[in-house]
Amino acid sequence: MSNQHENFLLEPERYEFSSGPIHHFELARREFFKILGAGIAVFAIAKNTSAQETAPSRGFHPQELPQEISAWLHIGEDGTVTAFSGKAEMGQNIRTSMAQNVADELRVPFESVRMVMGDTALTPFDAGTFGSRTTPTMTPQLRRVASAARDLLVEVAAKEWNVAPEKLKAADAKVTDPTSGRSQSYAALAHGKTLAQNLPEADPVTPPPDWTIAGKAVPKVNARDFVTGRHQYTADLRPDGMLYGKVLRPPSFGATLTSFDDTATKAMTGVFVVRDGDFVGAAAPTEREARNALAAVRVQWKEKPQVSSREIFSYLKNNAEPKVDDRHRNQRGSVESALAGAGHRLDATYTVAYIAHAPLEPRAAVAEWSGDKLTVRTGSQRPFGVRGELADIFHIPESNVRVIIPDTGSAYGGKHTGDAAIEAARLARAAGRPVKVVWTREEEFTWAYFRPAGVIEVKSAMSNDGKLLAWDFHNYHSGSSGIETPYAVPNMRTEYHSVPLVLRSGSYRGLAATANHFARETHMDALAQAAKIDPLEFRLRNLEEARLRAVLEAAAKKFGWPHVNREGQGFGIAAGNEKGSFVATCAEIAIDKNSGAVRVVRMVTAFECGAIVNPDGLRNQVIGANIQGLGGALFEAIEFENGRITNPRFSRYRVPRFRDVPEIEAILLDRKDIAPAGAGETPIMAIAPAIGNAIFNATGTRLNALPLVPNGLKKT
Amino acid sequence: MPKAIEIEVNGKRYPLQYDPETPLLYVLRDELGLTGSKYGCGEGQCGACTVLLGGAPRRSCQIPVSAAVGKPVITIEGLEKDGRLHPVQQAFLDAGAFQCAYCTPGMIMSSVGLLQSNANPSSAEIVQFLQGNICRCGTQPRILDAVHQAAKAMQERGR
Repeated sequence: MSNQHENFLLEPERYEFSSGPIHHFELARREFFKILGAGIAVFAIAKNTSAQETAPSRGFHPQELPQEISAWLHIGEDGTVTAFSGKAEMGQNIRTSMAQNVADELRVPFESVRMVMGDTALTPFDAGTFGSRTTPTMTPQLRRVASAARDLLVEVAAKEWNVAPEKLKAADAKVTDPTSGRSQSYAALAHGKTLAQNLPEADPVTPPPDWTIAGKAVPKVNARDFVTGRHQYTADLRPDGMLYGKVLRPPSFGATLTSFDDTATKAMTGVFVVRDGDFVGAAAPTEREARNALAAVRVQWKEKPQVSSREIFSYLKNNAEPKVDDRHRNQRGSVESALAGAGHRLDATYTVAYIAHAPLEPRAAVAEWSGDKLTVRTGSQRPFGVRGELADIFHIPESNVRVIIPDTGSAYGGKHTGDAAIEAARLARAAGRPVKVVWTREEEFTWAYFRPAGVIEVKSAMSNDGKLLAWDFHNYHSGSSGIETPYAVPNMRTEYHSVPLVLRSGSYRGLAATANHFARETHMDALAQAAKIDPLEFRLRNLEEARLRAVLEAAAKKFGWPHVNREGQGFGIAAGNEKGSFVATCAEIAIDKNSGAVRVVRMVTAFECGAIVNPDGLRNQVIGANIQGLGGALFEAIEFENGRITNPRFSRYRVPRFRDVPEIEAILLDRKDIAPAGAGETPIMAIAPAIGNAIFNATGTRLNALPLVPNGLKKT
Repeated sequence: MPKAIEIEVNGKRYPLQYDPETPLLYVLRDELGLTGSKYGCGEGQCGACTVLLGGAPRRSCQIPVSAAVGKPVITIEGLEKDGRLHPVQQAFLDAGAFQCAYCTPGMIMSSVGLLQSNANPSSAEIVQFLQGNICRCGTQPRILDAVHQAAKAMQERGR
């Protein structure tokens, strides 16, 4: 194992480049009834997902997803329905919402459905739980298998009763013949069968207006286990004979190991010290012994110069790849001549800092070898991706690796990689026993990856009546998600300029959409100000997209826009769309005249993601995104110098706490005529610009950098 | 160096051979298998490890196990009685006051501690008291509701 972290340097928005291995269907099917017992099973081949996945979205490699099984479902002899998905639960409540879809489509009580998720040995291949993809992809897929299973049960009954299947009705977990009054439960129909079927083409599914279990506020499944502490996250697992693993971290990023001496650890009983390339770790019966062993290892590192946070923005601007990839450019009209034309011109530069996901459950993994077969339990968004990483790094076939994801203590895009899994597996191989690795908070803040920093340059021109004429938008490094403006403009160009990574970087809730929306919506506000037009009116004047207009109008109405501000008070608005959903946020802020502290007093966020599967879960997630967004908007920033993170703790890296939480209202627009989109990311995107615009409204000062007020405003 | 000590957790006495400086959290999790108390930061900043020590909410990652000698410890596992949830647990359940729920045990233990000393806290008092508990998913408004609900339920029950 050579320098592992260099092996895993990530492209920004790395997930967009992921592809799947070939799934071993025959093996899985054979195993299937062995594991679950007799019954009826339906397998769905993902046929139509690729069209949606490869819809023209810039920065996306147009590749077909593997044509393979996307979902499967089993009805047992006791009537228990088990549905399988490679997605992972990490607080977004999909274990509940997916089960709602299955119960709804199969016509069974919600309580009889159980989801098996994120287990590479049991669930269908899945690229990962990210990109707000679970609801839009899994809703139709699970519904199609459930609908096919229902048809299969009807067929079984029809055959037994010797009647035409069209005459029978499936409801309340049974098939009924209305003519004869005869009826049999799904359990009885599944009894003694090992009947498997591939999904027929184009099985129609129930449209949202006819949903009965989906569309309702069903509480989180297994919620009781979470309030009693019974649920076991990865870090809570303790298999027999388990050792605790710790990894010796280099003093700085990119440092290489030049000398290693573990003589002093030889006398320690039960301790395994591993050196493999630049990796040094220890496994021991207690965490303390593992730490002590590492403290006794003598090592020297060779460090190399690294960029520091104080120079990061000029570095990013000066080190962009000279040529913009065609995939990362979009243009229409002639932006150069429109900018040079007669309209009112406004240019500005925006910056966003690196921030950390800081999931409260740090990375953790428990690994166990049996011969050359490896089983790892870990909190990750990519069970199959982690399986691939493990297979690569240990030079074993993927079929020898099983990755299981216990419901995880959040991720926000931060748990795509299998770092802790690899470390635990490497130590477990040396120890010949299961090993658990749990990262410390400092490791999490240092050796995970970050939401990348970025510089965004905007040039624009508008007519005297406040209509956009030209829009030239350049993102350096932070990414291309949400880079396209939803506003109508005849001459425009957007470019994403990639820059070699400075800090290890990757996905974060909303990816670069948060940065791009911050720049765009701040700039739109500045244009509105220059045109002396109300910011809401200015946006509506330049907006044709009806769904975006609808959320803007809904948020503004609830918020009571426009407000006239008193001294020390400000109101701001921002909006956007991404990944098939639409958001608008209004914010009210207050500034303490004495301290300069900025407090967000009230936020109203209107959100629309098509048909709502679970309004309670959605509301929880939308409000959560609003609160998480406060951190990156107001004060979160990773600071680094000489290859070291200088604020790697909660005492030095401020995240939103109770006192930071304003009054928040979420308005959920339920569009039963539109297929559901995901909701994990978009609701965070308008927070920062709405707050920044409110600060401008209060002070007349335009803040163009995220975080906006890490140290408050200057005293007035 | 390990020493013989005895601590009481959730009404059960545990004789241990342990380094008295070991943080209580590690003893609870690794030795007693009470993994409901979570590690979140190791510096008393996030509240995920909160337990009641002698009735008061404390950060178990910051307390040496020796400090628990003679002071009963209650963890999240000790709140449920005969299959009945503590009113604070029930209120969190009813309010759906969690997302990933990793912070939930600590939030509940802090809230139990608060309601023991202040049976009917105002919103401002709850916010002040829970300022040291981090929820990264942003479930604070529901947690606030849950604590109010729990206070109400406990007062009604006590009446």
